[in-house]
Amino acid sequence: MNNTKDIFTAGLWEDNPVFRQMLGLCITLAITNKVANGLTMGVAVFFVLTASSFIVSLLGDSVPRRVRIPVFMLVIATFVTLVYMFLRAFFMPLSQALGAYVGLIITNCVILGRLESFSSENTPWDSVVDAAGVASGFGLALIAMSVVRELLGFGSLFGVQVLGSGWTPWVSMILAPGGFLVLGLLIWVQRAISPVEEG
Amino acid sequence: MRYISVLIAAIFAHNIALRYFLGWCPLVSQSKKLSSAWGMGVAVTLVMTITSAVNWPVYNYLLVPYGLEYLQYIAFIIVIASTVQVLEMVIERFFPSLYTTMGVFLPLITVNCAILGVSLFMILRDYTLLTGIVFALGSGIGWSVAIVSLASIREKLRFADVPKPLQGPGITMLIAGIMAFAFLGFSGMVGIK
Repeated sequence: MNNTKDIFTAGLWEDNPVFRQMLGLCITLAITNKVANGLTMGVAVFFVLTASSFIVSLLGDSVPRRVRIPVFMLVIATFVTLVYMFLRAFFMPLSQALGAYVGLIITNCVILGRLESFSSENTPWDSVVDAAGVASGFGLALIAMSVVRELLGFGSLFGVQVLGSGWTPWVSMILAPGGFLVLGLLIWVQRAISPVEEG
Repeated sequence: MRYISVLIAAIFAHNIALRYFLGWCPLVSQSKKLSSAWGMGVAVTLVMTITSAVNWPVYNYLLVPYGLEYLQYIAFIIVIASTVQVLEMVIERFFPSLYTTMGVFLPLITVNCAILGVSLFMILRDYTLLTGIVFALGSGIGWSVAIVSLASIREKLRFADVPKPLQGPGITMLIAGIMAFAFLGFSGMVGIK
């Protein structure tokens, strides 16, 4: 990984956290029944990931190996608490719709994975670019999932009816099974467009 | 009676994996073989029950009296990370044979969102301590049911002719979707409250 653009696009598409690495699935599956929720979560993860990878890259080698994971999680938890308070203060309905899943950003393995494998060993600039790429890839997956699910499940996008009143909503798309099925199919599409290399 | 209905609800109708989507990263990565699925299931159930039993008093006797509820994420994460660390050392010291089979799964559990999720749900739903523990135990068993059944299906699927881009995670999600449909059938049976 040499230049900024390569680092960014790797996270966005070729190493997409959801479709390729199968990380951060809880959030991807749980809150994507409406586009507004998916978008909010995408922005929240973007903020938490870039901010905490900047901090962790500054910490560098000063953290003893054995306590790395707990320290990283504390950094993440601090930023997640900020997001939680921000949402409660200014976007109460969204905060209620996301519920406990805002807190679950802490255990989102996308974030911990990037901190552990990239930010702790790279310069702050590269780390932030990497974080931005991975977070954008994550947001891309969230938006793709929620567009399909809200369109089929409610016939709407951002709460605006687009498919007309004649549309019969596919209720199962909003429920748990729809999340799994849509994700399975999107993984299929993504891997068909750019196949996984052997080995 | 209330404890039994919470237990049954947590295992089936409100299955933490198939209804609330928690703990899916290890569910996908550890469900290739049935033996590792069992190990992961036992480890998760154990840690989930212990951390809920610790997190409840931490929240209600430490955070609430001082108005520090907003620190719940940080407090819970510290409890979970240290419980896992202590548990790992205890098992390594006193049950070496168990450590060789289960030890590798323990560090993975700190980042298992099902553990944190169960503690958060427990607080959101205002459970008493005992209900919370029963709920955590049930959720752990429910999670194990999900990972063990998923691993059994995947072992059978090894010889199936799956299209190449769909192999691995893709087909796993489709199976999970069908399993989730099956578990939807339990939803009218018992309530969680």
